[in-house]
Amino acid sequence: MSTTTTTPAAASRTPVFIALQTNDISRSIVEAIVADNPEATVAEFPAMIKIDAPGRLVIRRASVEERLGRRWDVQELHLSLISLAGGIDETDDEFTLQWGARA
Amino acid sequence: MNQATPAAPKTAKRLGIKERYALMTRGLGWETTYQAMDDVFPYDQFEGIKIHDWDKWEDPFRLTMDAYWKFQGEKEKKLYAIIDAFQQNQGQFNISDPRYINTLKLFLTGISPLEYAAHRGYAIAGRAFRGVGARVAAQMQSIDELRHAQTQFHTISHFNKYFNGLHDPQHMHDRIWYLSVPKSYFEDAMTAGPFEFVTAISFSFEYVLTNLLFMPFMSGAAFNGDMATVTFGFSAQSDESRHMTLGLEVVKFMLEQDPDNVPIIQRWVDKWFWRGYRLLTLVSMMMDYMLPKRVMSWAEAWEMYFEKNGGALFEDLARYGIRLPKYHEVASKEKDRLSHEAWATFNNYGHAADFNTWVPQPDELDWLSEKYPNTFDKHYRPRFEWLAEYEKKNGKMWRNDTLPMLCQVCQVPAIFTEPDDPTRICLRESSYLGLKYHFCSDGCKDIFDHEPEKYVQAWLPVHQIYQGNCFPEGADPTAPGFNPLAEVLKYYHLTPGADSGDFNTSPDRRNWEHWTGEDLTLPDVKAA
Repeated sequence: MSTTTTTPAAASRTPVFIALQTNDISRSIVEAIVADNPEATVAEFPAMIKIDAPGRLVIRRASVEERLGRRWDVQELHLSLISLAGGIDETDDEFTLQWGARA
Repeated sequence: MNQATPAAPKTAKRLGIKERYALMTRGLGWETTYQAMDDVFPYDQFEGIKIHDWDKWEDPFRLTMDAYWKFQGEKEKKLYAIIDAFQQNQGQFNISDPRYINTLKLFLTGISPLEYAAHRGYAIAGRAFRGVGARVAAQMQSIDELRHAQTQFHTISHFNKYFNGLHDPQHMHDRIWYLSVPKSYFEDAMTAGPFEFVTAISFSFEYVLTNLLFMPFMSGAAFNGDMATVTFGFSAQSDESRHMTLGLEVVKFMLEQDPDNVPIIQRWVDKWFWRGYRLLTLVSMMMDYMLPKRVMSWAEAWEMYFEKNGGALFEDLARYGIRLPKYHEVASKEKDRLSHEAWATFNNYGHAADFNTWVPQPDELDWLSEKYPNTFDKHYRPRFEWLAEYEKKNGKMWRNDTLPMLCQVCQVPAIFTEPDDPTRICLRESSYLGLKYHFCSDGCKDIFDHEPEKYVQAWLPVHQIYQGNCFPEGADPTAPGFNPLAEVLKYYHLTPGADSGDFNTSPDRRNWEHWTGEDLTLPDVKAA
């Protein structure tokens, strides 16, 4: 498409998901996700929690740390992660899942 | 130490994750001068993929080597602590039902050797790419895959002390008839170029399909009380999410580099979707028939992970001109029959498999009727009821001693039915250099027709058995009373009736009842 617009395109609503192992740390991560992503839905499976969200899902370091009561490196996510869908943008403060062109 | 310690230098501000990653993957490579770059990297152009700027490669997780070792080390410690606890607590007796062990046999001989193959494949691919980001990612994945092979062999070795069929997985993987399905899948990918390999494994397998493999297997293990397997599975799967992300990244990277790449990648996506989907036939029957306690049906998993999540992925890729893989609609048409056709086949040929097989129990038939209301009662239930009746009458399962015709591409026996007629076997054929080749589907025929020179070389177990190539050394097929099946099982390193054959008459079942005091006899059999 060659047309340019000044208003940003409507954000994609294509669903993203993240699946985490059921463990002590992921409980805080899931709570943080639910607090920061009002549209997220949580489904529990044996030993696994899958969180779906339309368009975008963000995990904030500050929100996780608040619940965990200690410092939490966003990359510690790897220790609980099972699977995900969506493009990833990861910084020291946030981990975001969203479809779209590469950053 | 000096007595007069100088004032500590002010520590530099810690680098952000993006800067750390950039430092590791940029500027580490160089343009070679003693030898031409094309001679140093001879394999990254022949496939026709055009790369203009390797620096556009980004690993979205931006994992640096120090973080990689740290997190992998932690994962290992967690895993081995659980394996220890599992062994010390005799965890093998906490599983739901001894039939469950057969899913582990399928996994250990069908999947774990693929992890090792992936380790090799990524080492090869990593060497082939001239871009540093891609090489680092492939190297990490190669190490991950080796870790998966090791942890899986190690975890399941505990079960080998108690149950049959787990004693020689790599040997079996390289020989047993149905295991040529996963084996040939990976060898097909490894013998392609590096870009096709990563599209096949990182994208089509890991991104599009792996959720259908690991998540049902591991949730199934959890549900059936096997914590050791859950743990290695999820430990591997956490690496897998990094691999999936790499898969999406590599595909988008190639698509953005040059418009000429788009049709090449679409063809690979079509091909590897279909190859992977056919491989998942084994997972479908594991989910619907082999897990004594079921998490979800194959059809439900297909809807959740492919139709919904995969649909979202391809919606996203549409911006690059990539569409859903060809024949995805056939896979959706087959979702209500795939597992039933597969388990019926293993009821036919379970005497030559490396795990025990059984006819579904009455309550399991009811579960299948409920999950598959449109197909199960109509097409499959009567068949399984007949098989159950036969076993009851004869004290052993009905078996088929005629070897099946295999598909030249996916190597699954031609057991599938026409996309629009579940009562008619689907068969396709092509001719190449005067010889006829047979396929299970249009998807497999298309793959063959594009590269016949590759697929005519397939090592098809049934052909090989009939040619006499699957007997142990020294076997004499002309000797009186020669029993070909017995010799083939010897060649596979299988003890008939223990490693293979009916569950109900197996030592696994007998031992379980002896060790646990549980009586596995079904109520209706007891009454009879």
